[in-house]
Amino acid sequence: MVSELTVLFRRRRTWAMLLALAAVPVLIAVAVRLASSPVAPGRGPPFLDRVTQNGLFVAITAMVVCIPLFLPLTIGVVAGDTIAGEAGLGTLRYLLVAPAGRVRLLIVKYAGAAVFCLAATLTVAVSGAAIGAALFPIGPVTLLSGDMIGVGESVLRSLLIAGYVTISMLGLSAIGLFISTLTEVPVGAMAATIVVSVVAQVLDALPQLDWLHPWLFSHYWLDFADLLRQPLEWTSFGNNALLQGGYLLVFGALAYGRFVTKDILS
Amino acid sequence: MTSATPSVELAIETRGLTKRFGHQTAVDGIDLSVPRGAVFGFLGPNGSGKTTSIRMLLGLAAATNGDIAVLGQEMPGRLRDVLPRVGALVEGPAFYPFLSGAANLRRLDTADPGASSATRSARVHRALERVGLTHAAGKKVRAYSLGMKQRLGIANALLVPRELLVLDEPTNGLDPQGTREVRSLVRSLAAEGTTVFVSSHLLAEVEQMCTHAAVMSAGSLVAQGTLDELRRVGEAHLRVRTPDVADARRVLAGFGIAAGDPVTDDLLSAPLPEGAAAPETIVAALVAAGVRVRGFAVVGASLEERFVALTGEGFDVVQ
Repeated sequence: MVSELTVLFRRRRTWAMLLALAAVPVLIAVAVRLASSPVAPGRGPPFLDRVTQNGLFVAITAMVVCIPLFLPLTIGVVAGDTIAGEAGLGTLRYLLVAPAGRVRLLIVKYAGAAVFCLAATLTVAVSGAAIGAALFPIGPVTLLSGDMIGVGESVLRSLLIAGYVTISMLGLSAIGLFISTLTEVPVGAMAATIVVSVVAQVLDALPQLDWLHPWLFSHYWLDFADLLRQPLEWTSFGNNALLQGGYLLVFGALAYGRFVTKDILS
Repeated sequence: MTSATPSVELAIETRGLTKRFGHQTAVDGIDLSVPRGAVFGFLGPNGSGKTTSIRMLLGLAAATNGDIAVLGQEMPGRLRDVLPRVGALVEGPAFYPFLSGAANLRRLDTADPGASSATRSARVHRALERVGLTHAAGKKVRAYSLGMKQRLGIANALLVPRELLVLDEPTNGLDPQGTREVRSLVRSLAAEGTTVFVSSHLLAEVEQMCTHAAVMSAGSLVAQGTLDELRRVGEAHLRVRTPDVADARRVLAGFGIAAGDPVTDDLLSAPLPEGAAAPETIVAALVAAGVRVRGFAVVGASLEERFVALTGEGFDVVQ
């Protein structure tokens, strides 16, 4: 496991992706700071208008911006690379001959992808908080319910949101892992995973398919606003966790079924 | 395990091992017997099914049919017990280019749950030393030459003491110096009691380092045994060097030996049938007939002739 994380985080690619994610809140903060007129409420991404009053909102705005495409993109790269990347390098056969054990390898690979999800969302949250604190005043936060909370509590809420977003990405990671067992071409698995995430969001946007929406892994992605109410509203958190857990089970089982009997010819 | 208990005396034993990909049969019912302690050459032209067989031996691919026993245990059923005792180099080395040589070995060693992490650094160091890569241990594998990668692959197979080494084309990409080093490494490992299973399409290599060999052709095992056994099957040849070619042919024909056209102006070569007259008798007859004999030799079949006879010549390799 440690070895898996070493391999993941010694790659320049991983750092490039985290750096790009960290750049999003910086871009938002600098753009808002340099704009002459204040942002009108209701324009731009949600929470953007609050940024000038409270720097802590930079992280939340950045999260909203990253969730639909940027975050799934980086996760698609990592999750799609899990098995297919090793197969592409040829190291898969050496890991299995070692013998790493196929089930053990799948679990470690998935855990590695999950750690990356956490690292990615924390990167956005931390970078957002830092740049927000640097460029804007920091103070008590007004929640969506109208209540005020202190800075300490708001940091806690930010972490809670990062946790929510991490969990949101676990289903996609499981899909990526499964796709990754199907091929020896890592780029193909990455692209397919990203396409799946885009398709899910497109389907989620079609009102004609509303019967399908609660089953889409992307359905609750942006529903973390509930964590900005007082008292805390856990319903969407629970629904989301349940849904992601379901995806993890189904696609974990598919990946297992595929990988355990697969002939490794790469 | 019941009546079909795999023999403990054999490091590798397969019965009717078969692998089909769709309609194509890559490996067609081979029965391998690799004795413990042997250096076993697995010969065959490219595409004859060597690597596919090795993949099945190591549990990377499932056999369509047949049984495999490695180190006396059934595969792939006892994979967890067997593989830690087997070191392997399969179809060329493969590493993470963005990690150093030593880091790559540590990574692969970690993958083996039985390998102790306490001794890891020392074992990695020793394996690198054994293949002469200590100076490049900290270098990223991206910067390695093909020969260095090949050595690193062998180092990986030597991370823990093994009972069996499976080396697929171990001298691929090595310069003559490196090839010799691999040969001496294989010999020293064999001297320590490790069974070495080497696949190769290079005959000379097998002739120089192996005690046993098997020959694959188009997915079938066409010969197997000790090197001496394999050589013996081939026909011996008679060579006569003389300016009196025509007379010599006549005399030889009297012994039932059919010499073809001269190889050069003064050299005759003919297969020596089993049960033919003794060489000294033939020489005496030649001399008595006034043939000026300048050279006379009985040449045993080389392994190369045998190999070509079994697998076809050059590009006419059986597909």
